[in-house]
Amino acid sequence: MLTKRIIACLDVDAGRVVKGTQFLDLRDAGDPSELAAAHSAAGADEIVLLDITATHEKRTTLLETVRRTAKELFIPFAVGGGVRTLQDAAAIFDAGADKISINSAAIADPSLISCIAQRFGSQAVIVAIDAKRNGTNFEAWISGGRKPSGKNARQWAQEAESRGAGEILLTSMDRDGTGEGFDCELTKTVSESVRIPVIASGGAGGAEHFVSVFREGVADAALAASIFHFGLTSILDLKSQLFAAGIPVRFPC
Amino acid sequence: MIAIVDFKAGNLTSVKKACDHLGAETVITSDPAQVLKAEKIVLPGVGHFAATKALDDSGLRDAIVNSIDRRVPFLGICVGMQWMLASSEEAPEVHGLALWPGECSRFPANVKSPHVGWNSLHIRNGESRLLRGVAPGSYVYFTHSYRVPLLAATAAECEYGGSFSAAVERDNLFGVQFHPEKSGAAGLTILKNFCDLQC
Repeated sequence: MLTKRIIACLDVDAGRVVKGTQFLDLRDAGDPSELAAAHSAAGADEIVLLDITATHEKRTTLLETVRRTAKELFIPFAVGGGVRTLQDAAAIFDAGADKISINSAAIADPSLISCIAQRFGSQAVIVAIDAKRNGTNFEAWISGGRKPSGKNARQWAQEAESRGAGEILLTSMDRDGTGEGFDCELTKTVSESVRIPVIASGGAGGAEHFVSVFREGVADAALAASIFHFGLTSILDLKSQLFAAGIPVRFPC
Repeated sequence: MIAIVDFKAGNLTSVKKACDHLGAETVITSDPAQVLKAEKIVLPGVGHFAATKALDDSGLRDAIVNSIDRRVPFLGICVGMQWMLASSEEAPEVHGLALWPGECSRFPANVKSPHVGWNSLHIRNGESRLLRGVAPGSYVYFTHSYRVPLLAATAAECEYGGSFSAAVERDNLFGVQFHPEKSGAAGLTILKNFCDLQC
């Protein structure tokens, strides 16, 4: 049976893992390659590394971080942040990533999705959507959550799918870093509108939040960062609780 | 030396990395002459079935067929395994190796596609050399939109919108739909079994 994936996210700034609340107030959480290996050993199904500040000067650092992290990692590894062109994507794949995640650049030029998908396959392209409630709708924001894009998150997810995205990484900006739980309404809205897998992100605080987002949110995978880095929840404990609640999960042998 | 065949479809870094980790000697190559000299051949593949057309145009197909005829162990991964069949609905005009009858088909509309994530292996061939030491029900990582039907050579099957072949094996021919290089300890066991084959 296909299991629900638990994805550990490493938000990286200048080669170090950091974690903030609602995209601000960053705290140091350790070395990316060490944390990735630890999460993999603890039962994470996948690792996502997001370069959250991704400025031009820091690109070389990022590629080196990706190379170092990928070296001894034998589970899927995705990298995002600052991917603007096919060349950026190619360099990240070359450094050892299996998938890239694109956000602002895809909104600015949606043809980037098909361009990367044609060269590396749809399975290698995640379109990340940072969504924020706007009345009864959800709007996609860009530039690391600094600017509204004017696009409806659900419609944008559908367009991304039609252009060749293999997965959607959907972050609730309202919940990010709060530990109050995933936004199940947002997740369900998007997950039921597309045929590709949706990864829920933003707001994980405890096992019950993962149960809700898989049941009510119809998520295919769920991502969290701070709860794992600071040891609030071990991935194995989390999976045991999900299993007890009847959610199919993988236990590493 | 194990040749990892590069036909310019996707990235081979992770397969090479996993083989390096296991201590196997590998070379990534798109040179038919090097493929002909290899003791074993791995054909990774991601993306579209049509990309395998590049194997025909480059002389790599002939080199692979020649090696298979000489019983050189061959492992197709993902689209590399699909290419071992005659054809795929994804690109009906492109011809696979037809080592087995049948065609790769798309997942039905009632399940999400691509099939992405960790799914369990139901081992059908207890004598499989490729799956030696892999516990029944082990989870491995899949990412694909087309699947190989169940065959006489199916060594392990998987369930998603119906049953399909997760691994095939006959003599020195092996294929896996999942990514052993991305499937944690179970995947490394499978790759090691292939790298260590004595022929």
